[in-house]
Amino acid sequence: MNAKSKTPIAWLQRNLFNTWYNSLWTIVCFALLSWIAYGVGNWAFNKAQWEVVTSNLPLFFVGRYPADQVWRLWLVLVIVVGTIATGILNRKRRFLFILIPVCVLSILWLIGGGFFLTTVGTNLWNGLLLTLLAASISIVLAFPIGILLALGRQSSLPILRGFCTIYVELVRGLPLIGILFMAQVMLPLVLPSQIQLDRVVRAIAGLVLFNAAYLAENVRGGLQSIPRGQVEAAKALGLNTSLSLLLIVLPQALRTSIPAIVGQFISLFKDTSLLSLFALVELTGITRSILAQPEYLGRYAEVYLFIGLIYWVFCYTMSQVSRKLERKSI
Amino acid sequence: MASFWRNTRFWRFAGQAISVVLIVAALGFLGNNLFGNLRQLGIQFGFNFLKSQAGFTIGDIPFAYKPSDSYNLALLVGLLNSLRVISVGIILATAIGVTAGIARLSDNWLLRKLAIVYVEGLRNAPLLLQLFFWYFAVFLGLPSPENAVSFGFISFSNRGIGLLGLQLSPEFSALLAGLTIYTGTFIAEIVRGGIQSVPRGQWEAARSLGLKPGLLMRLVIFPQALRAILPPLSNQYLNLAKNSSLAIAVGYPDLYAIASTTFNQTGRAVEVMILICATYLTICLVISLLMNVYNRSVQLVER
Repeated sequence: MNAKSKTPIAWLQRNLFNTWYNSLWTIVCFALLSWIAYGVGNWAFNKAQWEVVTSNLPLFFVGRYPADQVWRLWLVLVIVVGTIATGILNRKRRFLFILIPVCVLSILWLIGGGFFLTTVGTNLWNGLLLTLLAASISIVLAFPIGILLALGRQSSLPILRGFCTIYVELVRGLPLIGILFMAQVMLPLVLPSQIQLDRVVRAIAGLVLFNAAYLAENVRGGLQSIPRGQVEAAKALGLNTSLSLLLIVLPQALRTSIPAIVGQFISLFKDTSLLSLFALVELTGITRSILAQPEYLGRYAEVYLFIGLIYWVFCYTMSQVSRKLERKSI
Repeated sequence: MASFWRNTRFWRFAGQAISVVLIVAALGFLGNNLFGNLRQLGIQFGFNFLKSQAGFTIGDIPFAYKPSDSYNLALLVGLLNSLRVISVGIILATAIGVTAGIARLSDNWLLRKLAIVYVEGLRNAPLLLQLFFWYFAVFLGLPSPENAVSFGFISFSNRGIGLLGLQLSPEFSALLAGLTIYTGTFIAEIVRGGIQSVPRGQWEAARSLGLKPGLLMRLVIFPQALRAILPPLSNQYLNLAKNSSLAIAVGYPDLYAIASTTFNQTGRAVEVMILICATYLTICLVISLLMNVYNRSVQLVER
């Protein structure tokens, strides 16, 4: 931002018309902007039929989840918001280690049912609900694997290091769609034939295998940023290798890699849209099945813009929060 | 003498041995299941099926291909289609990204804000969704070729993009548009970061030498920014190459789409998987090799 200007005209002069080529740019941009605004506005108010969005609103969020059971999802929302709020407000973070597993278990119980609640099969977990579930379960499961892979890559044992390096580089060289294909098609082949995995479980397995490799690289970046002196000091205090890792190196490494990990979660959240290519009915998938109905034929733009906005709100919020965290920690 | 469990060398050896045993056991378990399951399905491992007739038509073909040709040829068509969209995509995404990255640093308020809206607006929505949007909502929604939207040498219609007599299919156009515009947002951020990493003194020195803004950028700032830009840029090129496999969503017959059709017809999961992995790994390897060579040539040689 330039220095504060007193009058609007002075501001305009300084920021838009300070040189002849800037004036030209301003005019070109303004023309482009008004052309786009006119086109979009004309389309949104005159041509678009938003009925496809308004009449299917519950479908986008919870899909075919039984309507009389939706209160359970509201409860889940309350739990999630409550946990995040206590995590932010409470200074003592220690009790979160107990609170979070309890919350996760109760959330899964509330969504899936069983144990006094009506069971809701995974084929009825659709829409945004499935998107959020797949993304959060995958990141939670991928996290420990990622840490182990990162530690393995930094290890002094050549065989372990080689194996972890090969895994990480192999996965990072493949497109996610290929990994998901592998998870859907190969996973049933490499597991004993008695084990029948659910479609959703296979998709989550694919996301976990994929994201573990990327998380490993993020954590490795954090590990490399820890000065040697920290390990030496831990050794001088008499800690052995595993304790110095657990108490000294990892906590610092994870703290420095938080922004990268949040970034990874954002891209994971966007990547869940690929599950729609494997017949899963998450947010993008349910959109495609709505668009396949004859009465909504050709209403692509309206629906894609709407769910694009949903994705955008989540990703943008997360990236802003992570930026704030980054600034705070520096 | 210290007992052996206090000996680091013993533990290093034990650690290696344990990891080898665990890895071999896991791979053996999976491999054993795989062979058992394949035997149950009556599939014999081998790549001979690639020589049999493919039998499906392909929309975009770089050379004469007919359904009676072999899977080998069909997959080659797919590979060439992938390479086509990757190479054009990399060039266009770089152009868009560099433009938007420089625009974000412009002293023109409107231009700056436009660039921010572009970057923040499009990188936070899934690429797959953008591809659907470009294909179904934009390209298929355009008028027919007779009344195409034309800007001089380039025209847009529901049959794709017409460029100086060259006709690009709507599938290719949608994929290219989605990939370049999405990757462009990330490249813009990289370029902005790279330019901002050049010390202020360099700007001031160049200005005091009397360089005009254009020359200042080209001769002083950009060559230095390039050193910070190239490593993350090659990452984005790799991402673009990998993301090109989303072509299947808009029906563009790239390598993954054809491999997937091959799997659906033959049921050869393992072989198709190996082909997909090997090809994408090779493509990624080639891109990173080329970028490494270029990167080495622009890095500062320190004595």
